Amino acid sequence: MNAVNSTPVGTVSPKPSRQIEWADPAFLREVERRSGAPVSACFQCHKCSSGCPVGPDVDLLSSQIMRLINLGEKDEVLESEAIWACASCEACTARCPMEIDIAAVMDTLRMMAVERKAALPGTRGSSFNRAFLTSVRWHGRVFEAGMMALYKLFSRDFFSDLEKLPKMLAKRKLSFLPHFSRSARQVRKVFRRAEEEEKSRSGFSETGPVPQERTQEKSKL
Amino acid sequence: MKYAFFPGCSLESTAWDFDKSTRALCGALGIDLVDIPDWVCCGSTPAHSSNASLAVALPVINLQKAQAAGFSEVLTACASCYARLRTANYKVNNDPAERERAQRITEKPYDGDVKVRHILDVLVNDLGVREIRKRVQSPLKGLRVASYYGCLLSRPPEVVAFDDSEHPTCMDDLVKAAGAQAVDWPFKTECCGASLSISKTGVVNRLGYRLLSMAHRAGAECIVVACPLCQLNLDFRQPEARKSGQGVATPCPTIPVLYITQLLGLALGLPPDALGLDALTISADAIATAAAVGR
Repeated sequence: MNAVNSTPVGTVSPKPSRQIEWADPAFLREVERRSGAPVSACFQCHKCSSGCPVGPDVDLLSSQIMRLINLGEKDEVLESEAIWACASCEACTARCPMEIDIAAVMDTLRMMAVERKAALPGTRGSSFNRAFLTSVRWHGRVFEAGMMALYKLFSRDFFSDLEKLPKMLAKRKLSFLPHFSRSARQVRKVFRRAEEEEKSRSGFSETGPVPQERTQEKSKL
Repeated sequence: MKYAFFPGCSLESTAWDFDKSTRALCGALGIDLVDIPDWVCCGSTPAHSSNASLAVALPVINLQKAQAAGFSEVLTACASCYARLRTANYKVNNDPAERERAQRITEKPYDGDVKVRHILDVLVNDLGVREIRKRVQSPLKGLRVASYYGCLLSRPPEVVAFDDSEHPTCMDDLVKAAGAQAVDWPFKTECCGASLSISKTGVVNRLGYRLLSMAHRAGAECIVVACPLCQLNLDFRQPEARKSGQGVATPCPTIPVLYITQLLGLALGLPPDALGLDALTISADAIATAAAVGR
């Protein structure tokens, strides 16, 4: 998308209007409950969309997502590219006159999308999250080289940034040895319990593959 | 002054120069940093995008460790770690259910009473700009600097901000204390795309170009940042970011993007080696030389 500086700062590129019908009323309630944000208070002032840095890149603007949630358009929202293009900059949250934590709503939508597998395995955003958290789960800290390898595996995005590798190494920004925290064991436990907590609240939670020692295959051996 | 220090994963890898320069600067200013023993990742954006309980529990582990080591204040340099630790603390302090859940998951008590501070906050509000100005040995006279704060030090204001959330000035004050000229520009708290760097590189390059070209148009010769992702996206990805603006808008020259700790270190007369200046993709050697000989 060639939107660099062609649009003045703060303008929102027009999106085509469409016919929407009330679909799933339970969706609004679920989003509000899990995010803690009063999405139904949105009166479409578009302040969130105006300040959104990824506005020119997305299929749905944040104000449109708020409206669609209110209309119960679950499929359209959870299958949108927009929820994965959100950079969590929180400009929307900080500027919402109704104090709707829109960034928290986006978090909730990403979790719901992963839960119904709408986003797996192809979406790069969810692949990045899984790769990152898997690294943390295994080492207690992020091990960049391992995380990038996992990301490429999950996303099937094998070739991006490969040309950047020599520069990364030359600048000592990437190491092939993991950084371990001596609390890695404690972190694994915390992951397990956090997943149980979320499961009891939403019926599903998975942040990525679990380390070898705990997988089913091992217990079978 | 003594603080528990939470370096975070970025400072161990992509932002090792931020780690080095923060420690060197704090050493020179008499700020004592003690690493939190066996700290763990704060979870960053992937945790709060994936599991709300985890996003609170991971920071809480570190705050518990700091408390166990006898500290009441934790200092971070990474803006993302700062925001995650602050957010976890905010939730534990304001929501009894969150507090109970965090304690249940970590199996340890925590009441949210460890304060989380960012290095900028400590430099400006604990040490003071006047005190820093007194220690400047190689003033960066005439250097025009754009201060870029980004998202995580500014928003949401009730959780993270120690300065105005739309128009912060603390880093500009430090730039002036270093003898340089603080450029007024409108994109101080705009987003660089952060971790979309990996999953949506094109978006990050577009945002990077907007920031770089605006800083250039405002007359800046360099940009200072206080966040590893801002630095990576604006410096390491700068060649592609500048390319993404080709043919669409005014060309933008290369602009060095330094950590504020590196710029202050130079003004304090610390050698470039001690500040990890060689990690920068766009060299800041000219600035270092000018500081050394006195502009």
